[in-house]
Amino acid sequence: MEVVQSHRKSSSNNVIVSTLPLYRSAPPLEVRLEDFELFAMDRLRVLKGISDGLGRGKKPEEMEKLIADLWKANMRHPQANEEANKDIISHFVLRLVYCRTEELRKWFLSMETTLFRYRFRFQSSEAQRALMSEFKLPYKAVSNAEFESVKDKLGQVARSMGQTLAAADAIFYKVPFEEVPELVAGRRVFIHKGHAYVAMNQVVSLVVTQFRSYLSKALILTNRRVVGILAIVIILVDISFLVLRGYLTNPRKWTSTVREQEKDRLAPIVEALCTSYLGPDYSQENEVGEISLKDIYQIAKTSFPLCMRHLFEKVREDHHLKHGGRMQLGLFLKGVGLKLDDALAFWKAEFAPKVSAERFDKEYAYNIRHNYGREGKRTDYTPYSCQKIISSTPGVGDHHGCPYRHFSEENLRAALVRMGVSSRAVEDVMDKVRNRHYQLACTLTFEAVHGSSCDAGINHPNQYFIDSQRIMQSKDSAYLLELKKSCQVFSFALDEEPLCSVWL
Amino acid sequence: MTKEEAENGRDDMAIDGAEQANAVPDGFDANYLRIYYGKLFPHADMFKWMSYGNDGKHPACDRSYFGRREFSFTLENDIYIRFQSFNSVIELENSIKEKCPFKIDIGPVYSVDPAKRHAYAGDNVFTPVERELVFDIDITDYDDVRYCCTGADVCLECWPLMTIAIKVIDAALRDDFGFNHILWVYSGRRGVHCWVCDGKARRLTNEQRTAIADYFRVYKGNENSHKKISLPGPVLHPFLARSYTEVLKGFFEAKLLPNQSLLSSEDRYEKILEMIPDASVASELRGRWQENKRASMSKDDINLVRWDQLKSVLQSGKQKTQGIRRCVEEIVFSFTYPRLDMEVSKHMNHLLKAPFCVHPKTGRVCVPIDPNNCDEFDPTTVPTLSQLVEELNREGLRQDAENEWDRTSLGESIKFFRTTFLQPLLKSCKEDIESSYNAKLQQSKNTLSCRTQSNHLCPNVYSHLFNPVINAVEDQN
Repeated sequence: MEVVQSHRKSSSNNVIVSTLPLYRSAPPLEVRLEDFELFAMDRLRVLKGISDGLGRGKKPEEMEKLIADLWKANMRHPQANEEANKDIISHFVLRLVYCRTEELRKWFLSMETTLFRYRFRFQSSEAQRALMSEFKLPYKAVSNAEFESVKDKLGQVARSMGQTLAAADAIFYKVPFEEVPELVAGRRVFIHKGHAYVAMNQVVSLVVTQFRSYLSKALILTNRRVVGILAIVIILVDISFLVLRGYLTNPRKWTSTVREQEKDRLAPIVEALCTSYLGPDYSQENEVGEISLKDIYQIAKTSFPLCMRHLFEKVREDHHLKHGGRMQLGLFLKGVGLKLDDALAFWKAEFAPKVSAERFDKEYAYNIRHNYGREGKRTDYTPYSCQKIISSTPGVGDHHGCPYRHFSEENLRAALVRMGVSSRAVEDVMDKVRNRHYQLACTLTFEAVHGSSCDAGINHPNQYFIDSQRIMQSKDSAYLLELKKSCQVFSFALDEEPLCSVWL
Repeated sequence: MTKEEAENGRDDMAIDGAEQANAVPDGFDANYLRIYYGKLFPHADMFKWMSYGNDGKHPACDRSYFGRREFSFTLENDIYIRFQSFNSVIELENSIKEKCPFKIDIGPVYSVDPAKRHAYAGDNVFTPVERELVFDIDITDYDDVRYCCTGADVCLECWPLMTIAIKVIDAALRDDFGFNHILWVYSGRRGVHCWVCDGKARRLTNEQRTAIADYFRVYKGNENSHKKISLPGPVLHPFLARSYTEVLKGFFEAKLLPNQSLLSSEDRYEKILEMIPDASVASELRGRWQENKRASMSKDDINLVRWDQLKSVLQSGKQKTQGIRRCVEEIVFSFTYPRLDMEVSKHMNHLLKAPFCVHPKTGRVCVPIDPNNCDEFDPTTVPTLSQLVEELNREGLRQDAENEWDRTSLGESIKFFRTTFLQPLLKSCKEDIESSYNAKLQQSKNTLSCRTQSNHLCPNVYSHLFNPVINAVEDQN
């Protein structure tokens, strides 16, 4: 067993200082095997709750309360050191699980960073300052006298960002402007003679950025180590298998493999996990194969999900789409396999009655090329997942978003009927919509339109398209291959006996 | 002129066979460039500047510093050679005189001599380590808000846009960022360059440079909107507020508005009306102005009258949305606020034209501009190459070949460069070198005294190591 030196100078056997852990290294603690799984699942509930909250677009005050409640419900322990143990252990167990792929790492990093940010805000000022020095941030507090002399300007800066300079925020730090480039770039600080006056809440962002950067590197390192290890504790395997299978299999079928007493606790999580998008991102055009321009019109009728059908119809009808719609539909078409030249031809032709060719080239072509990663910083943008589309906020004149969420009931019914969904199926769909299960509604629509079941559930418009095409063409698709690939990762581990637990 | 020649009997006026000394053609000429580099271009000053105090006299000088600076030359026929470097002022001067480049660009100081870069393998071995913070402002970026000229032309009506850009940026560089050694240079045709030469500035990373450029950026293109400037928030950031009240507002209302007739005709005032987010307000003003196409009642400039009307409508208490009230500032900003070329400032390895070059298209010399008197700078009276050669001819040959520039119009610029920029900069550099040297000495002395106290090392060995250093300090004193 690898013994790792704890970074806490004051640590003795069981007394651990009750500050926010930074998860720099795994401490040598003894834990019962059952606790591995229990701790991790509890933490996963917290992280999932955060993910849901963010997905529903909760405001910061709401998130604050949500996280406090989640933590209290899942991670609290009457003994402070036990609570700290659970905190640390659960984090490291989940690290093992979530280090395996880029998507998992991204999700875990995002949730842990959010959790850290809000927990940091709950800390006392002394605790925050202590944490800042752990991160080696060289900030000096502004004296009262100096504060008075620059108070006006600080207030001006705050108000320019739509905030106020509350008395509680009167703690400012003075740093060389070179240390805070993001704040300088956004004009979010007052700068004078080379020094930036950084507000307490801005310091939080800087600390969080450090935390995030460290965890990101640690996850990649962890992944490398996991690959080299021969034996993995079966509990870990269970958890990771749950996580991956959660989105691969029908939650109804899955619950039969779980022990009775676990079902109530875990089933909701898995069902929720099912809707959390942790799968392929459809950014690689060549994985899916090419689609030519003339095919688009045909397949739009048969294989597009409702959100994309609507956008497609609207652009043909109005000869225009606003930005949100262009992004959602444009990236979807890219994922479907439409090449850049065909995409340019498509949009240009559809816009032609309203937009001249020169104006199109000047105002729209660049953005389309940008989406394909041919301009600017050459980012190859990924098509939006259901989660992202559901959480978007279409405004007046927009047609993007998720129809199951954003349409009125009558509009949605009419649209479903136009798609060819039977009236009985429409009722089932509307029932899901009323319960806010938008993706399950889309899944039922899929099943009704294609006359076959969709085990995995819909998590991504491109997934809908691929599944639909597969049924249409009745042959293996890249998606099945992806499924198989993901299963292989853990299939070997299922056969292994648990030998020992290893701390990384 | 020929009479004078004959009277004075000078036969050395026959420079390059141009015997008719008064018939010096205008514009740019490669032969005159040779004369310029021979007699006027301040090689020694450029060397001193680029050395930043590392000119070899102090023991703590970095002798390799100047040799690691990249220069690039653009020769006749557009031949471009990069990664030129020189180890002394003589090398620099000879190379320029010999190659006679049409343009000289200055790049960063690299980790190793750029001429030897291929000898070093591996990533990040040949990499920029220092580079001035630079800005480039070009008047063609303002083409959508000036009507007097387009493209490369500049006149006294639109040049003031550059002047106010200098004022805004210069004030921010000094007051906000605390920089002191700032050189503004006329680019020779249609813009200005800024060189920030403080040590702190030279050592900024690309990320920090980008942050500063973003701090200065206000103009942002917006999809489907007519407004490219958006100033959200109930108040402006102190930097923007100061720029507005001290520079932009006054200039816009007193100069730009009337000189460019921004509100006098329909196509011009439409552009401004498009920036108003509330269609009803815009149409109210449009209606009023369409009625009064002919001469207005008062003798006042129609632009000023209409601007007052616009302000009173937008800023009246009736307007609920803050976006409307802010509109006035946004209009002023969109016309007058500096438009920087972001790419120039963001990267350490960006090459920028050296001051005192001659612009090939106009023949004008890239002279420094005094930011404290930039209102008086007139781009149409900047010395040209032919003018300078003519002045040289007129004055004739003197005994001392030094400081020939002093007899020409260039003299003023070079004196300005030396007294207001170069000398203070070098003084500050020397002080920095001295103090960091002393700090290091002090540190080693402390170590020595600690160690001798604990008797860990043989004092003899130590004094042998230390003696050269101590002697050098004594020599200097």
